[in-house]
Amino acid sequence: MSTANTAHSVVEPSQTSKRIAGAIIILYAIITMVPLAWIFLTSFKSPPDSISYPPKVVFQPTLEGYCNLFTTRTRQTPEYIQSLGAPVSTCDEITRNRNMVIAGPSNYWPRFQNSLIIAFGSTFLAVFLGTLSAYGFSRFKVPLADDILFFILSTRMMPPIAVAIPIYLMYRELGLSDTALGMILLYTAVNVSLAVWLLKGFIDEIPREYEEAAMIDGYTRLQAFRKVVLPQATTGIAATAIFCLIFAWNEYAFAVLLTSGSAQTAPPFIPTIIGEGGQDWPAVAAGTTIFLVPILVFTILLRKQLLRGITFGAVRK
Amino acid sequence: MAEIRVDNLRKAFGEFVAVQDSSFTVADGEFLALLGPSGCGKTTTLRMIAGLELPTSGQIFLDGEDVSFNRASARDIAFVFQLFALYPHMNVRKNIGFPLLSQGVSKAEIRTRVEETAKLLQIGHILDKSVSGLAGGDRQRVALGRAIVRRPKCFLMDEPLGTLDAEFREVMVHELRELHNRIHATTVYVTHDQHEAMAMADKIAVMNHGIIEQFGTPQEIYNRPASMYVADFIGSPPMNFLKFTAGVQKGDRSISLEGVDVALPEVHQDLAPGELALGVRPEHIRFSDSAALRGSVYGAEYLGTNQIVAVETGKGLLKARVPADRTFRIGETVGLELNSEKLSLFDCASGRAVLSSLHTEARHG
Repeated sequence: MSTANTAHSVVEPSQTSKRIAGAIIILYAIITMVPLAWIFLTSFKSPPDSISYPPKVVFQPTLEGYCNLFTTRTRQTPEYIQSLGAPVSTCDEITRNRNMVIAGPSNYWPRFQNSLIIAFGSTFLAVFLGTLSAYGFSRFKVPLADDILFFILSTRMMPPIAVAIPIYLMYRELGLSDTALGMILLYTAVNVSLAVWLLKGFIDEIPREYEEAAMIDGYTRLQAFRKVVLPQATTGIAATAIFCLIFAWNEYAFAVLLTSGSAQTAPPFIPTIIGEGGQDWPAVAAGTTIFLVPILVFTILLRKQLLRGITFGAVRK
Repeated sequence: MAEIRVDNLRKAFGEFVAVQDSSFTVADGEFLALLGPSGCGKTTTLRMIAGLELPTSGQIFLDGEDVSFNRASARDIAFVFQLFALYPHMNVRKNIGFPLLSQGVSKAEIRTRVEETAKLLQIGHILDKSVSGLAGGDRQRVALGRAIVRRPKCFLMDEPLGTLDAEFREVMVHELRELHNRIHATTVYVTHDQHEAMAMADKIAVMNHGIIEQFGTPQEIYNRPASMYVADFIGSPPMNFLKFTAGVQKGDRSISLEGVDVALPEVHQDLAPGELALGVRPEHIRFSDSAALRGSVYGAEYLGTNQIVAVETGKGLLKARVPADRTFRIGETVGLELNSEKLSLFDCASGRAVLSSLHTEARHG
């Protein structure tokens, strides 16, 4: 029997091309997953295992990295450690095996909280302002609308770090340096242009008739916006929120420059872990692993919207 | 229910004038169709009555009250959109009840009124369905339900049947008229389809380039078109025009066309010599061997109950609607007899009908 003569569909991909496509996707997934897997595994290694060469794939997992991440420790003599009572926790025990005792909590958790507050705060503000202005641009005759929209877009044309020094000086004058408010405002300013443009696209797609119908049904424009436009824009809002959140969560340069103490976020903090008592790669890896969790959860929850957000506009009517 | 009065209404978008000084009155309980090609200003007129656009000048009265600049939400009118605009995130019940919610009607009453409305439109069985899965006709009924549930002063409809397929449109035309007969709501209905307008409306306003060319009952519009535009737009095939150069005088009862005297309704107007057009509907032409006006058959279109025969005359192609029992050969010479009581005469320069015993008064906006 010859397969060449079998009728094949024009639109349905053949088995072979499906297999090739599948193989490419799997290969790509492996390539992108390797660093993440590496970090995840390293976070459970002991410091000697983490720097052994060739890298160990099979190893004795330990929570040492996580203990070191969340605590500060001091070196003590074995005699002193002997004199202490029984260890109160796993971390206590691990630390004592290294001839150290826990001195107190590290700054990781407060830094992580800063990241949460600043990233979610700025995302909320950017999406809130973005939705309102996108609606305005989409529905009303704004004088010079095209120019204003271009101006908004142009704020993204230059790498933000190019204005780092003026912003640093301004923030120092205004007392916004090393404050959560300052960082929220900064990230909002960077994200709002993206939010306006993305959301304008989504809102343009919602026919005006819906609001007109609602206004005729006895609602004010604001009520119509809330009850009719917003529910239909949720996909766009979710997609925009993820993009804004990813930026604010990962931002490093401004965080290094403008925060050092109470408002410091996790990204500039994580590298500082290395310096505390030798090259503590497992602790760094643990810090990174935990840092990945919120964005991962958020993205998994909203993955459908994210996908729609990425492919949005690919097919125009 | 209410009377709608539109007074010298005008709307300009920058340089472009969409509606020019329109005036008309829709009596309480009347069904008016705004008929015209796309871009003629009919939808803009409707949207101004609804409050979705504000007039550049002129006034709109609802039940005697000037609402020209009132908010849409304050006018107590219902609007059925071309694409229905059913809220996709609500089910049918919530869609219909949505206007009542804004008026602060109690939940129990919303429930009863939504159910009454659904019963009237025979959509009770789909109340809890999502609107996205509905067929065109049901969407249409839900949109109507949302309009009638709050018993508004009037209904405004913007080509609500435009997206339905031809077969189903006939059903909905019938249903809409039925509904109107039952609830007697003042209705303004925008359409570009003359059949819909003729079948449903009590009054028709034919619009072109922002001007109301003629306002009247379907019979007046069809039998006594006020302008060549109306005569051409209404009827299919449209009215035939036989152009000739002559002058007419008050009291004339005939004109001379290619040396043939053609009788027509008594002319009530003096007109200096110029280009005129004799307007004759296809069904007002009869083939008669004895007739003086002659032409040769150009083609025939068989329609079952009758046929449209195109005849080449010295004054151009003429289409006649004649019984289907006779077969014509192409090129065959026929005599044409025109029904003299139904003829219209138009002044080609202005495009308007010449006053006659048929066209007693040229009513227009």
